[in-house]
Amino acid sequence: MELIPKLPVAEWISDATDWLTDTFEFLFDFVKNDFGDFIEFFAESLLMQIPIWLFIAVVAVLAFFVSKKRIGLPVFVIFGLWFIQNQELWEELMNTFTLVIFASLISVIIGVPFGIWMAKNKFVETILTPVLDFMQTMPAFVYLIPAVAFFSIGMVPGVFASVIFATPPTVRFTNLGIRQVSHELIEASDAFGTTGAQKLFKVQLPMAKKTIMAGINQTVMLALSMVVIASMIGAKGLGQTVITGLQRADVGTGFVAGLGIVILAIIIDRFTQNLNTQRGDQS
Amino acid sequence: MPVVQVKNLSKIFGKNSKKATRLLDEGLSKDEILKKTGNTVGVNRASFDVEEGEIFVIMGLSGSGKSTLVRLVNRLIEPTEGSVLIDGKDLAAMDSKSLREVRREKLSMVFQRFGLFPHRTVLENAEFGLEIQGMDKEERKKKAQKSLELVGLGDYVNQYPGQLSGGMQQRVGLARALANDPEVLLMDEAFSALDPLIRKEMQDELLELQESMKKTILFITHDLDEALRIGDRIALMKDGRIVQIGTPEEILVNPANDYVEKFVQDVDRSKVLTAENIMKRPETVDIEKHGPRTALERMRKEGLSSIYVTDAKRRLYGYVTADDVSDATKEEVKDLKSILRTEVPKVDKTTSMHEIFNIIHDTPVPIAVMEDEKLVGIIVRGAVIAALAGNEVNINGIDS
Ligand SMILES: Nc1ncnc2c1ncn2[C@@H]1O[C@H](COP(=O)(O)OP(=O)(O)OP(=O)(O)O)[C@@H](O)[C@H]1O
Ligand SMILES: [Mg+2]
Repeated sequence: MELIPKLPVAEWISDATDWLTDTFEFLFDFVKNDFGDFIEFFAESLLMQIPIWLFIAVVAVLAFFVSKKRIGLPVFVIFGLWFIQNQELWEELMNTFTLVIFASLISVIIGVPFGIWMAKNKFVETILTPVLDFMQTMPAFVYLIPAVAFFSIGMVPGVFASVIFATPPTVRFTNLGIRQVSHELIEASDAFGTTGAQKLFKVQLPMAKKTIMAGINQTVMLALSMVVIASMIGAKGLGQTVITGLQRADVGTGFVAGLGIVILAIIIDRFTQNLNTQRGDQS
Repeated sequence: MPVVQVKNLSKIFGKNSKKATRLLDEGLSKDEILKKTGNTVGVNRASFDVEEGEIFVIMGLSGSGKSTLVRLVNRLIEPTEGSVLIDGKDLAAMDSKSLREVRREKLSMVFQRFGLFPHRTVLENAEFGLEIQGMDKEERKKKAQKSLELVGLGDYVNQYPGQLSGGMQQRVGLARALANDPEVLLMDEAFSALDPLIRKEMQDELLELQESMKKTILFITHDLDEALRIGDRIALMKDGRIVQIGTPEEILVNPANDYVEKFVQDVDRSKVLTAENIMKRPETVDIEKHGPRTALERMRKEGLSSIYVTDAKRRLYGYVTADDVSDATKEEVKDLKSILRTEVPKVDKTTSMHEIFNIIHDTPVPIAVMEDEKLVGIIVRGAVIAALAGNEVNINGIDS
């Protein structure tokens, strides 16, 4: 045991991160500044400018149609959102919502192509599978450290850490969905002389849609679960209120903010689930 | 020139197919090769031509390599050896672009489990091939609609496949293949997943369509009845090899070996055999040359109770019975004309055995088999029974 000294793994990682930080400083700075401004603009100059009653009404109407004209979800939306504004947490809600939207959007934009690549290439699948496992099992807190190194504090590193944590399900489910398309349908497609792209867009992706959407739903939920963690590095929103509650041992405040996150989670979840219908589905 | 030419085509699944190919050359069986090398012989040196407008059926038991063979024909599977020529052009030599062209324009496939896209409506399914070719929307819609009407589904265009019965789904599969207006239709057990009644209906429909379309069809089945019903020619496969190619008749009547014979045994022969296959050489007397005495002599010698009367050109006049003839000899009648009976059970030589079966019950004399007003053979009841049991049929009509 004594023969092998402690390997300086931690040093290696730190060195690598430092190197990355220095080398890509221009890129990180650009993202930090411009993208950060954009996020702020989206939250504060767009979302928060919408009158609260209008916002609630629009979401409720959307909920009505999304849930196939059932009344449950719209009622929940109205009461839930009203409660949050009543607790004077509206701005926090808008910030959290922004964080989740951006993290999810980026995750999907990165995740779907990787999923497709994985489905089309056995080698890529072999490489990516353990990487995805790693990304999901590594405690999410760890991602905060490079996030801070690259982007210091604020919304941007929050989004960054959330993306790393939330992307794997989209990649996995996209891969799964495409691979699940039956051999006979692939043959049918080939037999009619499809190119690779035609097969992908006319057969594989449409048929994998339901599975991919299930992956996206998980991605959104994971992004939401990062809200509190991300607020530890300065991401604004409901998470910050929770952390404040924790620091001041103020159970009440923490609980109310937590409740706000739960309400947001339920609304987003029902929206993404209800949007997930496939053409020609018999169920 | 044949539309489809298959030459020495082989497919061996698994790694190291070279060794397996060598063992095949040495004449080892599929099982032995599997044991020795772990490779599965899918298709073993198949050769055949499919002519334009022909329904060519490939038949064999499960695992005999039918699906593999048909997929080699449109190169969904790469061959280990041999070649496939479509309109004289070698598929194996094509790059992926020209292969796509051939698949788009010349070959369409119908699948056993339909292979319909569940997320597309019936119309969109039928449009698929045309859409892939880049045809504009209006035109392809029109063509797909027409093709669906051809198979009787004109009213179902907006349904999804999941909403249709199996038979209807397969019609969509057929319509999708036909919409492309291909030269060759590849049908892999296209009707096998359907229940027997629907299946028969589809067979009839295919034959009816074929009357007007005159497509070249490569039809795969494991059902001999189906093969006999729709095939112009049939190839029988066993363990990847083609063991016999012939018309339905040739296969039935003249099986090339034990395997084919076994396969053929349990088919309902009455549907396929005709009078010609079960008749025998007729004993006759000549109305101009022979009198009652000769007739009696011949009947006694052959153990017959009646005999047909013809002239030198084998034109049929009727028959005489043993009783009448023996009376006539006693009364010193010199001529057969006075005792001739003219109510003869006649069939044409192409009459199916099915019909003969209905006639033969209530006739006292053997059935006369005619060709252009001439007597070419007779059928005794025993022969019908024997033929149904699968024995004693002859391909040339008259056994000697
Ligand atoms: N992809 C494959 N890999 C390995 N072996 C295969 C493959 N496809 C088919 N085979 C083998 O090739 C042989 C022929 O199979 P094929 O599917 O062509 O038979 P078939 O006559 O179509 O049978 P069925 O009537 O059951 O459809 C079988 O022994 C099968 O196990
Ligand atoms: Mg098969």
